[in-house]
Amino acid sequence: MNLFASAIDWILDPANYVGLNAIPLRIGQHLVFSLVTVLIASAIAIPLGYLIGHTGRGRGLAVTTSGGLRAIPTLGLLTLVALWVGIGVVAPYVALTVLAIPPILAGAYTGFEAIDRRTVDAARAVGMSELQIVRKVEVPLGLPLLIGGLRSATLQVIATATLAAYVADLGLGRYLFSGLKTRDYAEMLGGSILVILLALALEGIFALIQRFVVPRGVSGRLDTAPTLRTGSPTAAR
Amino acid sequence: MIEFRSVSKRFPDGTLAVEDFSLVLPSHKTTVLVGSSGSGKTTLLRMINRMVDPTSGSVEIDGEDIATLPPVKLRRGIGYVMQNSGLLPHRTVVDNVATVPLLRGTPKRQARADALAMLDTVGLDRSLADRYPSQLSGGQQQRVGVARGLAVDPNILLMDEPFGAVDPIVRAELQQELVRLQKELDKTVVFVTHDIEEAFLLGDQIVILSEGGRIAQVGSPAELLANPADDFVASFVGADRGRRALHVERHGNEDVVVDSDGRLAGVLRSEGVR
Repeated sequence: MNLFASAIDWILDPANYVGLNAIPLRIGQHLVFSLVTVLIASAIAIPLGYLIGHTGRGRGLAVTTSGGLRAIPTLGLLTLVALWVGIGVVAPYVALTVLAIPPILAGAYTGFEAIDRRTVDAARAVGMSELQIVRKVEVPLGLPLLIGGLRSATLQVIATATLAAYVADLGLGRYLFSGLKTRDYAEMLGGSILVILLALALEGIFALIQRFVVPRGVSGRLDTAPTLRTGSPTAAR
Repeated sequence: MIEFRSVSKRFPDGTLAVEDFSLVLPSHKTTVLVGSSGSGKTTLLRMINRMVDPTSGSVEIDGEDIATLPPVKLRRGIGYVMQNSGLLPHRTVVDNVATVPLLRGTPKRQARADALAMLDTVGLDRSLADRYPSQLSGGQQQRVGVARGLAVDPNILLMDEPFGAVDPIVRAELQQELVRLQKELDKTVVFVTHDIEEAFLLGDQIVILSEGGRIAQVGSPAELLANPADDFVASFVGADRGRRALHVERHGNEDVVVDSDGRLAGVLRSEGVR
């Protein structure tokens, strides 16, 4: 029987839907882990990106730093943090937050930068305070590009979160590592297919969100928005 | 009354935009600042609502030095209309007009009703109220911009080349509307343009600026045409050429007026005979 068919059989095998290694449980862990990671990264990157976008200061530093962060191999960083804080979920959270920050940061500040300067100038000239300019003008108009950044970050994290199983019993990566160890390639491929399906599902959800957050009155904005994805999500960086 | 007292502005990059500029802009009159690019006219306009702060000298409104006023509060009390309307693209027409009243704490329902009434004032149909700026023509957008500027019923209205980006026919229409509005509303208008024809049409007081905010001449349209201070002003207002330089020729029993190119401009009649 070919490998692909046996992987499908593995996914459909009722035995894989019970106990601590059940597929739904693993998918849930994987999702929660990825979403929490993106939330942590957002909490850091969005305020910082907005600050850079609004003031126009620190852009060079941000570009250099996010370039540097992108270049860090996630597996290496994961191992390093795990050696420091020990086996467990902390190391994957740290390593994947570092992975997720650059696209979100870029989405936040390019979202602000893409706004017509004259619109912001006009808002200031009629008497909006700086905070009101951010809240009422820059955030809504910058939203499509920010969502683009979040989308890119989420996909990279979903794909790379398989590495979490390297140092913690967490997520769909578990199937890859245990399948590799026991030479159960059906389990490995089955796990991979699940990750891919999860990524595709989220991609679809984000595509929908991105369509809805384009402020009304700003038609055609999505079509002209530059794509933010700078690297394809890879499972082992 | 707005008064500039020896105002200078040097930008951080070293450009001296305005040097030692002094001028009184009388209340309830339209003052037009006219000059080519680089004459500092927009910089001067933006000093009135503290979008630009002078490097030295002071700007006073009704005797009060505006450097002592918080910029945000000052701006909410002054109407501002700019080229390309500067409307918020993600807000409807009525929300754009109501922007400043809402910032000043006017209740939502009241602000909306006032904004709709303001659309009537600037000659816009109320059916456009729920459209977005991108769904309007350039001329309509400028009208919305004027409505927004007038929404808080300010004493002062600043207009920075507001009709510069619309086609000539619509521009002429908007200029006539502004003349009508000003008759009704009697604001202190400060208007910036590089178009001398526009300045003559709208201005009670015209300020001709040369490089660096230097005043070449201040006066009413008639004064500028009759007594240009120097060759620069004369050539700027076109007193020496075309349809501004007219002379009378006698044809039979009638005096006809002819321009410098020999084209007929009209018939000269003494006052009262129509």
